[in-house]
Amino acid sequence: MVLLTRKAEFSAAHYYWNDAWSPLENERVFGKCANRNGHGHNYTLEVTVAGEVDPVTGFVVDLKELKEILEREVVSVYDHRHLNLEVPEFATRIPTTENIAIAIWQRLDGKIPNAQLYRIRIYELPDLFADYYGEQQ
Amino acid sequence: MTGLAANSQANVAQSYRAYLSRRYHFSASHRLHTDAFTAEQNRAAYGKCNNPHGHGHNYTVEVTFGGVIDPATGMVCDLAALDSFAQTNLLAIFDHMNLNTLAPFRDRVPTTENLTIEVARIFQQFPLAELTRVRVEETGNNSFEYTLRPALSPRAQRPSTKG
Repeated sequence: MVLLTRKAEFSAAHYYWNDAWSPLENERVFGKCANRNGHGHNYTLEVTVAGEVDPVTGFVVDLKELKEILEREVVSVYDHRHLNLEVPEFATRIPTTENIAIAIWQRLDGKIPNAQLYRIRIYELPDLFADYYGEQQ
Repeated sequence: MTGLAANSQANVAQSYRAYLSRRYHFSASHRLHTDAFTAEQNRAAYGKCNNPHGHGHNYTVEVTFGGVIDPATGMVCDLAALDSFAQTNLLAIFDHMNLNTLAPFRDRVPTTENLTIEVARIFQQFPLAELTRVRVEETGNNSFEYTLRPALSPRAQRPSTKG
């Protein structure tokens, strides 16, 4: 088995807010991320897939195809959008880095031919990132 | 936007385990030298790192915490609490210091291997999440990693098909 990683980038706005809490509690827990006008980041996505090397092509997956899948399933939906307001999964989940990793996993799972999704790594900042490896058995 | 949290809490009844990583930076000097070796053996083992006057690096520490995402916050742990912990227990101790003069390196050579172990010992005390991995970059080309609990994809744990 070989692991192959492809990067993609998108820029988006978000805020952190839990409606079950008072404004004061939201500000205490989420700090400046609770500003309801939102703020934004340049996100870097790393998608790692696992598979066997095809003896004919020498590929685990066709990189061009993987790039197109990432563009179609994730980048075109998230890039230059407000995650809370414009991306359906974040109407019901706070778009933290952790939850974005899970949402991207769910968008890509089963859509990559001849390989299995292995890890989603999403950088919100160069010094802050989350990893998701799928549901634990 | 209405009902975000109410939906959120209903929706995340399922528990998701994820890993959060944070990088911190500090600058420090050190000298690699052990009293167990002669001067010549020290020079042979450590090369220019044995320079008696010491030298320094811009270190980057990358710590990874694993945990179930809190459905109310969407987080593995409170990042501000982690930053505050790192400021007190890592940066305030190591930044702009000579590693050889610090307690953890009184009896250990301050190689980045040993520094990585010390950083792991420090962040294991963080009370809000489980430390699973530490990586320390001494330069852009040298990095050292210590794994306390491997984060393996469940799908990668299948038996090998090779005989």
